[in-house]
Amino acid sequence: MSQADVTMGAHSALMEEPAFRVPAKKMAMWLFIIADSATFAGCLVAYGFIRNATPNWPRPFHSITNVALMTFILLTSSLTMLIGVRSAQKGDKSGAFRWTMITALAGILFAGLHLREWMGMIGEGATLFTNPWGTPLFSSLFFSITGLHLLHVTGGVVALIAVGLRYQGGRYNADDLEITGLYWHFVDLVWMFVVPLVYLLNLAH
Amino acid sequence: MTTAEEHKSNGVGKDVGVYICILVLAGIQFVIAYQDISASQMFVRMLIVAIVEAALALLFFMHLWENRGLKWFVLIFTVAVILGMQYGWTDSFRISEGVQWAK
Repeated sequence: MSQADVTMGAHSALMEEPAFRVPAKKMAMWLFIIADSATFAGCLVAYGFIRNATPNWPRPFHSITNVALMTFILLTSSLTMLIGVRSAQKGDKSGAFRWTMITALAGILFAGLHLREWMGMIGEGATLFTNPWGTPLFSSLFFSITGLHLLHVTGGVVALIAVGLRYQGGRYNADDLEITGLYWHFVDLVWMFVVPLVYLLNLAH
Repeated sequence: MTTAEEHKSNGVGKDVGVYICILVLAGIQFVIAYQDISASQMFVRMLIVAIVEAALALLFFMHLWENRGLKWFVLIFTVAVILGMQYGWTDSFRISEGVQWAK
Protein backbone atom coordinates (compact mmCIF):
# COMPACT_ATOMS: atom_id res chain seq x y z
CA MET A 1 0.00 0.00 0.00
CA SER A 2 1.44 3.35 -1.06
CA GLN A 3 1.67 6.43 1.13
CA ALA A 4 -0.99 8.07 -1.08
CA ASP A 5 -3.43 5.21 -0.41
CA VAL A 6 -2.83 5.47 3.34
CA THR A 7 -3.46 9.25 3.23
CA MET A 8 -6.63 8.84 1.15
CA GLY A 9 -7.89 6.19 3.54
CA ALA A 10 -7.32 8.45 6.52
CA HIS A 11 -9.20 11.28 4.78
CA SER A 12 -12.20 9.12 3.88
CA ALA A 13 -12.34 7.87 7.48
CA LEU A 14 -12.51 11.50 8.61
CA MET A 15 -15.28 12.35 6.10
CA GLU A 16 -18.67 12.15 7.78
CA GLU A 17 -21.89 11.01 6.14
CA PRO A 18 -24.03 14.06 5.26
CA ALA A 19 -26.84 14.75 7.76
CA PHE A 20 -29.91 12.59 7.00
CA ARG A 21 -28.06 11.43 3.85
CA VAL A 22 -29.14 14.71 2.21
CA PRO A 23 -26.61 16.59 0.02
CA ALA A 24 -25.23 19.75 1.62
CA LYS A 25 -26.92 22.18 -0.81
CA LYS A 26 -30.29 20.54 -0.28
CA MET A 27 -29.82 20.52 3.49
CA ALA A 28 -29.00 24.24 3.38
CA MET A 29 -32.27 24.87 1.54
CA TRP A 30 -34.18 22.81 4.13
CA LEU A 31 -32.64 24.80 6.97
CA PHE A 32 -33.60 28.04 5.18
CA ILE A 33 -37.16 26.73 4.70
CA ILE A 34 -37.44 25.80 8.40
CA ALA A 35 -36.18 29.26 9.43
CA ASP A 36 -38.47 31.00 6.95
CA SER A 37 -41.48 28.96 8.06
CA ALA A 38 -40.81 30.26 11.58
CA THR A 39 -40.89 33.83 10.18
CA PHE A 40 -44.23 33.27 8.45
CA ALA A 41 -45.62 31.37 11.44
CA GLY A 42 -44.64 34.34 13.63
CA CYS A 43 -46.47 36.75 11.32
CA LEU A 44 -49.59 34.58 11.07
CA VAL A 45 -49.75 33.79 14.79
CA ALA A 46 -49.38 37.51 15.60
CA TYR A 47 -52.08 38.29 13.03
CA GLY A 48 -54.38 35.69 14.63
CA PHE A 49 -53.97 37.09 18.13
CA ILE A 50 -54.42 40.70 16.98
CA ARG A 51 -57.50 39.75 14.93
CA ASN A 52 -59.05 38.01 17.95
CA ALA A 53 -58.22 40.87 20.29
CA THR A 54 -59.60 43.62 18.03
CA PRO A 55 -63.36 44.25 18.25
CA ASN A 56 -65.22 44.91 14.97
CA TRP A 57 -62.50 43.44 12.78
CA PRO A 58 -63.31 44.45 9.18
CA ARG A 59 -64.38 41.91 6.58
CA PRO A 60 -63.78 43.90 3.38
CA PHE A 61 -63.54 41.12 0.77
CA HIS A 62 -66.69 40.71 -1.31
CA SER A 63 -65.39 38.37 -3.99
CA ILE A 64 -63.19 35.28 -3.95
CA THR A 65 -62.62 35.22 -7.71
CA ASN A 66 -59.21 36.89 -7.67
CA VAL A 67 -57.82 34.96 -4.70
CA ALA A 68 -59.22 31.69 -6.09
CA LEU A 69 -57.51 32.37 -9.42
CA MET A 70 -54.25 33.27 -7.65
CA THR A 71 -54.44 30.05 -5.60
CA PHE A 72 -55.10 27.97 -8.71
CA ILE A 73 -52.13 29.54 -10.53
CA LEU A 74 -49.73 29.03 -7.61
CA LEU A 75 -50.82 25.42 -7.00
CA THR A 76 -50.52 24.65 -10.71
CA SER A 77 -47.06 26.22 -10.77
CA SER A 78 -45.97 23.67 -8.16
CA LEU A 79 -47.07 20.90 -10.51
CA THR A 80 -45.24 22.44 -13.48
CA MET A 81 -42.13 22.73 -11.27
CA LEU A 82 -42.40 19.04 -10.40
CA ILE A 83 -42.75 18.12 -14.09
CA GLY A 84 -39.68 20.27 -14.83
CA VAL A 85 -37.61 18.50 -12.17
CA ARG A 86 -38.79 15.07 -13.35
CA SER A 87 -37.81 16.03 -16.91
CA ALA A 88 -34.36 17.12 -15.70
CA GLN A 89 -33.92 13.84 -13.82
CA LYS A 90 -34.78 11.92 -17.00
CA GLY A 91 -32.18 13.96 -18.91
CA ASP A 92 -34.77 15.88 -20.95
CA LYS A 93 -32.95 19.22 -20.84
CA SER A 94 -35.23 21.24 -23.12
CA GLY A 95 -38.35 19.88 -21.37
CA ALA A 96 -36.92 20.76 -17.95
CA PHE A 97 -36.05 24.29 -19.09
CA ARG A 98 -39.47 24.77 -20.69
CA TRP A 99 -41.39 23.65 -17.57
CA THR A 100 -39.17 25.76 -15.30
CA MET A 101 -39.88 28.83 -17.41
CA ILE A 102 -43.62 28.03 -17.39
CA THR A 103 -43.37 27.93 -13.58
CA ALA A 104 -41.63 31.31 -13.56
CA LEU A 105 -44.32 32.68 -15.88
CA ALA A 106 -47.02 31.43 -13.50
CA GLY A 107 -45.18 33.22 -10.69
CA ILE A 108 -45.16 36.45 -12.71
CA LEU A 109 -48.89 36.05 -13.41
CA PHE A 110 -49.54 35.48 -9.69
CA ALA A 111 -47.53 38.59 -8.78
CA GLY A 112 -49.41 40.61 -11.43
CA LEU A 113 -52.80 39.56 -10.04
CA HIS A 114 -51.58 40.29 -6.53
CA LEU A 115 -50.43 43.79 -7.49
CA ARG A 116 -53.71 44.44 -9.29
CA GLU A 117 -55.56 43.51 -6.09
CA TRP A 118 -53.27 45.76 -4.04
CA MET A 119 -53.88 48.65 -6.42
CA GLY A 120 -57.63 48.15 -6.08
CA MET A 121 -57.37 48.24 -2.29
CA ILE A 122 -55.06 51.25 -2.32
CA GLY A 123 -57.54 52.94 -4.68
CA GLU A 124 -60.24 52.43 -2.04
CA GLY A 125 -58.06 54.18 0.53
CA ALA A 126 -56.33 51.26 2.24
CA THR A 127 -52.63 51.78 2.91
CA LEU A 128 -50.10 50.41 5.37
CA PHE A 129 -51.33 52.89 8.00
CA THR A 130 -54.91 53.69 6.99
CA ASN A 131 -57.98 51.55 6.53
CA PRO A 132 -61.33 52.87 5.29
CA TRP A 133 -63.20 49.84 6.71
CA GLY A 134 -62.15 50.17 10.36
CA THR A 135 -59.03 49.48 12.35
CA PRO A 136 -55.78 50.39 10.54
CA LEU A 137 -54.31 47.16 11.97
CA PHE A 138 -56.16 45.25 9.26
CA SER A 139 -54.38 47.06 6.40
CA SER A 140 -51.01 46.94 8.19
CA LEU A 141 -51.24 43.18 8.68
CA PHE A 142 -52.75 42.51 5.26
CA PHE A 143 -50.07 44.40 3.34
CA SER A 144 -47.26 43.11 5.59
CA ILE A 145 -48.17 39.42 5.33
CA THR A 146 -49.14 39.39 1.65
CA GLY A 147 -46.17 41.68 0.91
CA LEU A 148 -43.75 39.28 2.59
CA HIS A 149 -45.23 36.45 0.57
CA LEU A 150 -45.10 38.47 -2.65
CA LEU A 151 -41.45 39.22 -1.93
CA HIS A 152 -40.82 35.47 -1.69
CA VAL A 153 -42.68 34.87 -4.96
CA THR A 154 -40.60 37.57 -6.68
CA GLY A 155 -37.39 36.06 -5.31
CA GLY A 156 -38.57 32.64 -6.45
CA VAL A 157 -39.26 33.87 -9.99
CA VAL A 158 -35.77 35.41 -10.19
CA ALA A 159 -34.23 32.18 -8.84
CA LEU A 160 -36.22 30.02 -11.27
CA ILE A 161 -35.12 32.09 -14.26
CA ALA A 162 -31.47 32.24 -13.12
CA VAL A 163 -31.21 28.53 -12.26
CA GLY A 164 -33.19 27.54 -15.37
CA LEU A 165 -30.86 29.51 -17.65
CA ARG A 166 -27.75 28.08 -15.95
CA TYR A 167 -29.20 24.57 -16.16
CA GLN A 168 -29.82 25.15 -19.86
CA GLY A 169 -26.23 26.39 -20.20
CA GLY A 170 -24.89 23.26 -18.50
CA ARG A 171 -23.57 24.97 -15.37
CA TYR A 172 -26.26 23.53 -13.07
CA ASN A 173 -27.71 20.03 -12.91
CA ALA A 174 -31.04 18.39 -12.04
CA ASP A 175 -30.23 18.52 -8.31
CA ASP A 176 -29.91 22.32 -8.47
CA LEU A 177 -33.26 22.53 -10.23
CA GLU A 178 -34.79 20.29 -7.55
CA ILE A 179 -33.42 22.50 -4.76
CA THR A 180 -34.93 25.61 -6.41
CA GLY A 181 -38.15 23.63 -6.72
CA LEU A 182 -38.11 23.01 -2.95
CA TYR A 183 -38.15 26.76 -2.39
CA TRP A 184 -40.99 27.21 -4.87
CA HIS A 185 -43.09 24.52 -3.18
CA PHE A 186 -42.47 26.26 0.15
CA VAL A 187 -43.81 29.55 -1.28
CA ASP A 188 -46.90 27.58 -2.39
CA LEU A 189 -47.19 25.97 1.06
CA VAL A 190 -47.17 29.35 2.82
CA TRP A 191 -49.98 30.57 0.54
CA MET A 192 -52.12 27.62 1.76
CA PHE A 193 -52.16 29.31 5.19
CA VAL A 194 -52.30 32.94 4.00
CA VAL A 195 -55.48 32.37 1.94
CA PRO A 196 -57.74 31.08 4.75
CA LEU A 197 -56.37 33.32 7.49
CA VAL A 198 -55.95 36.61 5.65
CA TYR A 199 -58.57 36.37 2.89
CA LEU A 200 -61.31 33.83 3.60
CA LEU A 201 -61.77 34.69 7.29
CA ASN A 202 -62.24 38.33 6.20
CA LEU A 203 -64.89 37.60 3.59
CA ALA A 204 -67.98 39.79 3.86
CA HIS A 205 -71.16 37.78 4.53
CA MET B 1 -27.13 7.17 -5.59
CA THR B 2 -27.68 10.88 -6.21
CA THR B 3 -30.85 12.74 -5.27
CA ALA B 4 -31.81 12.99 -8.92
CA GLU B 5 -31.50 9.24 -9.44
CA GLU B 6 -33.54 8.49 -6.32
CA HIS B 7 -36.62 10.20 -7.77
CA LYS B 8 -36.16 9.05 -11.34
CA SER B 9 -38.30 5.95 -10.90
CA ASN B 10 -41.32 7.85 -9.54
CA GLY B 11 -43.79 9.03 -12.17
CA VAL B 12 -45.58 12.28 -12.83
CA GLY B 13 -48.88 10.42 -12.23
CA LYS B 14 -48.44 10.53 -8.47
CA ASP B 15 -47.61 14.25 -8.63
CA VAL B 16 -50.80 14.96 -10.59
CA GLY B 17 -52.82 12.91 -8.07
CA VAL B 18 -51.41 14.88 -5.13
CA TYR B 19 -51.96 18.15 -7.05
CA ILE B 20 -55.64 17.28 -7.58
CA CYS B 21 -56.02 16.39 -3.87
CA ILE B 22 -54.50 19.74 -2.85
CA LEU B 23 -56.71 21.57 -5.36
CA VAL B 24 -59.82 19.87 -3.93
CA LEU B 25 -58.74 20.73 -0.37
CA ALA B 26 -58.20 24.36 -1.41
CA GLY B 27 -61.71 24.30 -2.87
CA ILE B 28 -63.04 22.96 0.46
CA GLN B 29 -61.50 25.98 2.21
CA PHE B 30 -63.47 28.29 -0.09
CA VAL B 31 -66.67 26.33 0.65
CA ILE B 32 -66.02 26.62 4.42
CA ALA B 33 -65.69 30.41 3.97
CA TYR B 34 -69.35 30.57 2.90
CA GLN B 35 -70.69 28.37 5.73
CA ASP B 36 -72.91 30.00 8.32
CA ILE B 37 -70.68 29.24 11.33
CA SER B 38 -68.79 31.29 13.91
CA ALA B 39 -65.36 32.76 13.09
CA SER B 40 -63.63 30.41 15.57
CA GLN B 41 -65.29 27.31 14.05
CA MET B 42 -64.37 28.56 10.59
CA PHE B 43 -60.78 29.18 11.71
CA VAL B 44 -60.41 25.66 13.14
CA ARG B 45 -61.89 23.97 10.06
CA MET B 46 -59.80 26.01 7.63
CA LEU B 47 -56.64 25.45 9.66
CA ILE B 48 -57.18 21.66 9.68
CA VAL B 49 -57.62 21.66 5.89
CA ALA B 50 -54.54 23.90 5.46
CA ILE B 51 -52.45 21.54 7.63
CA VAL B 52 -53.53 18.54 5.52
CA GLU B 53 -52.71 20.50 2.33
CA ALA B 54 -49.31 21.49 3.71
CA ALA B 55 -48.58 17.92 4.81
CA LEU B 56 -49.33 16.62 1.30
CA ALA B 57 -47.09 19.28 -0.24
CA LEU B 58 -44.27 18.55 2.22
CA LEU B 59 -44.44 14.78 1.90
CA PHE B 60 -44.92 14.42 -1.85
CA PHE B 61 -44.03 17.69 -3.63
CA MET B 62 -40.98 18.25 -1.42
CA HIS B 63 -40.19 14.51 -1.19
CA LEU B 64 -40.00 14.35 2.61
CA TRP B 65 -41.84 11.01 2.39
CA GLU B 66 -38.69 9.45 0.94
CA ASN B 67 -36.38 10.66 3.74
CA ARG B 68 -37.50 9.44 7.14
CA GLY B 69 -34.78 11.16 9.19
CA LEU B 70 -35.26 14.57 7.57
CA LYS B 71 -39.04 14.18 7.82
CA TRP B 72 -38.90 13.86 11.63
CA PHE B 73 -36.28 16.61 11.92
CA VAL B 74 -38.43 19.08 9.97
CA LEU B 75 -41.62 18.07 11.80
CA ILE B 76 -40.22 18.21 15.34
CA PHE B 77 -38.26 21.44 14.77
CA THR B 78 -41.15 23.29 13.10
CA VAL B 79 -43.77 22.15 15.62
CA ALA B 80 -41.45 23.11 18.51
CA VAL B 81 -40.98 26.61 17.06
CA ILE B 82 -44.72 27.11 16.47
CA LEU B 83 -45.65 25.82 19.93
CA GLY B 84 -42.95 28.01 21.40
CA MET B 85 -44.54 31.01 19.72
CA GLN B 86 -48.04 29.96 20.74
CA TYR B 87 -47.25 29.43 24.42
CA GLY B 88 -44.04 31.35 24.93
CA TRP B 89 -45.10 34.88 24.15
CA THR B 90 -46.23 36.73 27.23
CA ASP B 91 -48.45 39.09 25.29
CA SER B 92 -50.20 36.23 23.53
CA PHE B 93 -51.52 35.20 26.95
CA ARG B 94 -52.55 38.79 27.60
CA ILE B 95 -54.63 38.86 24.43
CA SER B 96 -56.16 35.39 24.70
CA GLU B 97 -57.11 35.94 28.34
CA GLY B 98 -58.46 39.43 27.70
CA VAL B 99 -55.87 41.13 29.94
CA GLN B 100 -55.00 44.77 29.20
CA TRP B 101 -51.85 45.58 27.26
CA ALA B 102 -48.81 46.45 29.39
CA LYS B 103 -48.31 50.23 29.58
